[in-house]
Amino acid sequence: MLFLLQDGITNGAIYALLGLALVLVFAVTRVILIPQGEFVTYGALSYAVLATGKVPGTAWLAIAMGVAAFALDLFAARRSLRLRNILRSLALNIVLPAAILALTYAFASPTTPMAVNIALSLLIVAAIGLFLYRIAFQPLAHTSVLVLLIASVGCHLALQGLGLVFFGAEGLRGPALSNAALTIGPLRFTGQSLAVYGLTIAFIVALWLFFGFTLMGKALRATAVNRLGARLVGIRTTLSGQIAFLLASLIGAISGILIVPITTLYYDTGFLIGLKGFIAAIIGGLVSYPLTAVAALLVGSVEAFSSFYASNFKEVIVFTLILPVLVLRSLAAPAVEEEKD
Amino acid sequence: MKQRTPLVIFALVMAAIPFIPGVPPFWIVLLNNIGLAALVAMGLVLLTGVGGLTSFGQAAFCGFGAYTTAVLTTAYGFSPWLTLPLSLLVSGIAAVLLGIVTVRLSGHYLPLGTIAWGIGLFYLFSKLEFLGRNDGISGIPPLSIGSFKMLDPGTIYFAIWIAVLVSALLTMNLLDSRTGRAIRALRRGHVAGEAFGVQTPRAKLLVFIYAAVLAGLSGWLYAHFQRAANPTPFGAQAGIEYLFIAVVGGAGYVWGAVLGAGIVVILKEILQSYLPYIFGGQSQLETIVFGILLVVLLQLAPTGVWPWLMARLPIKPGRKAPDTSLPLAKRERAPASAAALLQIEKARKQFGGVIAVNDVSFDVEAREIVALIGPNGAGKSTTFNLITGVLTTTGGTISVLGHKVDNAPPQEVVKLGVSRTFQHVKLVPDMTVLENVAIGAHLRGSSGAISSMFRFDRADEARLLAEAARQIERVGLGDQIDQLAGSLSLGQQRIVEIARALCVDPLLLLLDEPAAGLRHMEKQRLAALLRQLRDGGMSVLLVEHDMGFVMDLADRVVVLDFGTKIAEGTPAVIKTNPDVIKAYLGATA
Repeated sequence: MLFLLQDGITNGAIYALLGLALVLVFAVTRVILIPQGEFVTYGALSYAVLATGKVPGTAWLAIAMGVAAFALDLFAARRSLRLRNILRSLALNIVLPAAILALTYAFASPTTPMAVNIALSLLIVAAIGLFLYRIAFQPLAHTSVLVLLIASVGCHLALQGLGLVFFGAEGLRGPALSNAALTIGPLRFTGQSLAVYGLTIAFIVALWLFFGFTLMGKALRATAVNRLGARLVGIRTTLSGQIAFLLASLIGAISGILIVPITTLYYDTGFLIGLKGFIAAIIGGLVSYPLTAVAALLVGSVEAFSSFYASNFKEVIVFTLILPVLVLRSLAAPAVEEEKD
Repeated sequence: MKQRTPLVIFALVMAAIPFIPGVPPFWIVLLNNIGLAALVAMGLVLLTGVGGLTSFGQAAFCGFGAYTTAVLTTAYGFSPWLTLPLSLLVSGIAAVLLGIVTVRLSGHYLPLGTIAWGIGLFYLFSKLEFLGRNDGISGIPPLSIGSFKMLDPGTIYFAIWIAVLVSALLTMNLLDSRTGRAIRALRRGHVAGEAFGVQTPRAKLLVFIYAAVLAGLSGWLYAHFQRAANPTPFGAQAGIEYLFIAVVGGAGYVWGAVLGAGIVVILKEILQSYLPYIFGGQSQLETIVFGILLVVLLQLAPTGVWPWLMARLPIKPGRKAPDTSLPLAKRERAPASAAALLQIEKARKQFGGVIAVNDVSFDVEAREIVALIGPNGAGKSTTFNLITGVLTTTGGTISVLGHKVDNAPPQEVVKLGVSRTFQHVKLVPDMTVLENVAIGAHLRGSSGAISSMFRFDRADEARLLAEAARQIERVGLGDQIDQLAGSLSLGQQRIVEIARALCVDPLLLLLDEPAAGLRHMEKQRLAALLRQLRDGGMSVLLVEHDMGFVMDLADRVVVLDFGTKIAEGTPAVIKTNPDVIKAYLGATA
């Protein structure tokens, strides 16, 4: 029993991280980030590939997306091209991913310390996240949630397909962050699971601090409530979107790196993991971080128990879990008038 | 029947395609797939594009349709034709059960909820023993008429496309009706519709079931086309794909569904068959390109391809002007009685610690114009919302002609003959002025969804539109009758709201800042109209900030400040009341 719970909590912590990222992105940009799962796989598998001493294809993807982002920047600013803007865009979109690629090649060897590999995978995925917003979502920022959602699905398909190209159909595992283990009573805590708990808690606290106490965090929340209003008081809503995506991709990549030593990941595993984070996010109402974290632990535990007792119906149980919660939520908070499309 | 001409031409073209010599049979298969997808997408157009309820779960309803016929025909030897109504019934019942749970969900919970049960049902399909688990069910008999079996794609083609055309026709009929207007108003929130008697939850459930039944029909056809059913085509991925089809085609347009299905199915086919030639056998390349193309397409035409095409069409489809001579039964008016039309006694509304309306009492008699004035935040609009049932009172009573209406739902209040306009205009911008105004007459018609689909509602409908046209004429917007409401100026939109409220045939008209945004001449015309309405036996309660307008027009004025009534009387008395002057100009004035 206890080990099931422990298993559930470890998974739940990962779902919590992803749920947090989804809430963050949705709150700021109204995008329901289906490709969140791809950030997980990209982070995990890039890390696993780097550990074998090879250069992952994602580093090249970052460059390609950077070039596209640069082209879009130039096109958007074609009537008022100024050297300063061009240089800034060049630095962000071309020089940055190129530098990451160069670093990746420089460090590509089986003996590279794990910390460097982790840092590289995070850099790569963060760059991809940033450019994804610029390319796919920034031009659509004014459209309805539905259109954004469909675009999000489009990104998911493209990224998942690319994942197959980069990593092949075979699953990969990465080296564990720590081989230490700790036994308390009947339970054995691996260093890996402790890292999962620690990082999840750290992130929740960090996000809470960021949104509650920093100007940037408040600006992001303001953007979430009212784009136009935020712009009128001088918040750059584009920047808010970029930051949200940057954070989401980072969180996704970290979750991936945390689980890839525990389970084998395939190029398409991310989608299902992302969806479960999603369920947690929904139960949390897409607004509350602590609630999302609690819900994620619940999802993880339900999954662990149902895979033990009714493994065939594990997914059915996990995905229908959300319905009673949704009903309760919408009964508790009666429908609010929606003015927007 | 001019509007039907394009449909007839399309039907003839589709009927002719299989007979054109040299059409590869493979094209017919593609067209079959397009038709099947179009059916599901059409349901989504109604549900998502028109009704504003996003669903990712439509593929699961196809699954209900397909598996129902698969099980009944293979295990129990039912005839495929007999399973058609059963398939639709099962999808419909599933929709009722899921709909009762999910349709209540507000905002973004709904699409998320549908993803969840969509995935849940997919796993259920693939785990249940009697549905053949992951392998599904094969050996489903083909459709047959007499001894003629629809074995090859070229014959079931007709079944599929007849289903598509009939569904399109029924869907368009439904949208162009009393029920259709109620559905089209859903997307803009529920307050406006409910103020005119629309039962929003029922309308939502209706479109949900409708969409599910269309998906079930598609599933039934699919099962007899493929002669097999397995879980894959009914999963989350497929559900998402149907939604794209609707969005790419143009989510608000019935033909957008067909066009979108064509675009997506053909695009996927081209990518699947040609990309490997260009780039070698790299698998999954088509998903990458497909995903990218989708994003590009949305960036180029975020509202979908169909409206983009229509905007480039030289001829605009016209619409027959309603025959304004058709009468519509009027409300029975009780002979002038001593009882006040509207009685408010100690009405109170608290939001947490804030008292928005503090024990306010006043009456409105028959044939009287009463103005409710007060500085911003005085509780005027809240009072309106209490009277019309949008908000529930914390205390006190409100009655209309002796019927208690505090805490009655808006739909009940409007039945008593109280209609209103809104401070923030609540029209459906992509509906014409005529259609918007006709929502006001919702309760005066009786045709339901089914009779609208089969056009049995035309007599009823013509009378409703005639009434709407008369009211539009009355408020002086006859020239704008066929324009989209969203294209009018804000002042004109307020006038449209008045016309819509008049369509209720009200005893009491509640106007929330009707003169805001009007020019001087327009205000005078509005005042003349309101006087004429009063002389015709109607009462008017209005909130207004234009003092010249109010003092000139009102028989009586009620002044609120910070939720409390501070004065009541004729305009002349109010003008000199020291409390009122203090409230408006401050203590030292």
